[in-house]
Amino acid sequence: MGLEAKLNGDGFFVTKIEAIINWARKNSVYPMPMGISCCAIEMMASADPKYDIARFGSEVMRFTPRQCDLMIVAGTVTYKMSHVVKKIYDQMPDPKWVIAMGACTSTGGMYRSYSVVQGIDQFLPVDVYVAGCPPRPDNLLNALIHIQDKIGKTRPKDFQNLKLPELNVIQNN
Amino acid sequence: MELKELIQQKLKDNFTEASFEFSEFRNELSVKLNKKYILQVCKFLKENSDLEFLLCEDITAVDWATRKNRFTVVYHIFSIKNNFRLVLKSDVDESESIIDSVSSVWKTSDWQERECYDMYGIRFNNHPDLRRIYMPEEFEYHPLRKDFPLMGIPGSLPLPKK
Ligand code: SF4
Repeated sequence: MGLEAKLNGDGFFVTKIEAIINWARKNSVYPMPMGISCCAIEMMASADPKYDIARFGSEVMRFTPRQCDLMIVAGTVTYKMSHVVKKIYDQMPDPKWVIAMGACTSTGGMYRSYSVVQGIDQFLPVDVYVAGCPPRPDNLLNALIHIQDKIGKTRPKDFQNLKLPELNVIQNN
Repeated sequence: MELKELIQQKLKDNFTEASFEFSEFRNELSVKLNKKYILQVCKFLKENSDLEFLLCEDITAVDWATRKNRFTVVYHIFSIKNNFRLVLKSDVDESESIIDSVSSVWKTSDWQERECYDMYGIRFNNHPDLRRIYMPEEFEYHPLRKDFPLMGIPGSLPLPKK
């Protein structure tokens, strides 16, 4: 087929380990679906044939944190739930990324009250915030693309001295 | 006899020493009674073969903030047999905010009373397991009281460490 058919002998190419690891890593992001409330419905919709998150290699929603590297926090995080979210996040192997999906998760949203955490960045390092209540599935895919960009830019030294990643805000456009 | 009159009549006949206040709003009957009688009255309403209020839909409370009897505990009960809804109300003072539990009558009221305790701090006598139901157990306040700030008390609910 194509390129292979043109080869006469054994083909090879030269690259950097870093580049090929990043290439593989960013095209096989396994999400941990932390679906806590209504945003989770849109997250599920992003996996259906119409939006098809599989196009980005992220269709493998793992329900165990040990196999995931992206946590999609979709829903209202209450103070009581925050400990659970944090515990699951801690169980994910490094390197890992977090998407704060929806107004509630990013800022508390319409729940400006005593029981809801006003933004999960108070206890989790968030990489991408997704605006909307709920965000449309394409907006979530956009966030995933941002995460992929970010993964593409990681360097080994980023993991040697783990610090809070830079924040990235997406407008709903 | 119409059902509303029947209920009033039966209550008056069976609890002669209790003083009931009946009122009607939007065609719904509500009964105000002294908290001493709440358990007996509930038992009676459930077990009387003409009334059969088998379903306890909700138990909640109202915080009047400045009134003498600060809280009113409200029971919404429903008779499947008559397709009739009745509201029971009972005043509770802040100094002894305690009322008899009706969980021996309706099993569902167990959790409803726990919610009421969690949100208003009203305690229920003889409740099988009176713990908080929504808020963490070590939480010290009662969020639906009028003197509780909407945004909560800073530091009262711990967050995980970053
Ligand atoms: S942002 Fe909106 S849709 Fe998402 S969890 Fe909050 S209320 Fe639900």
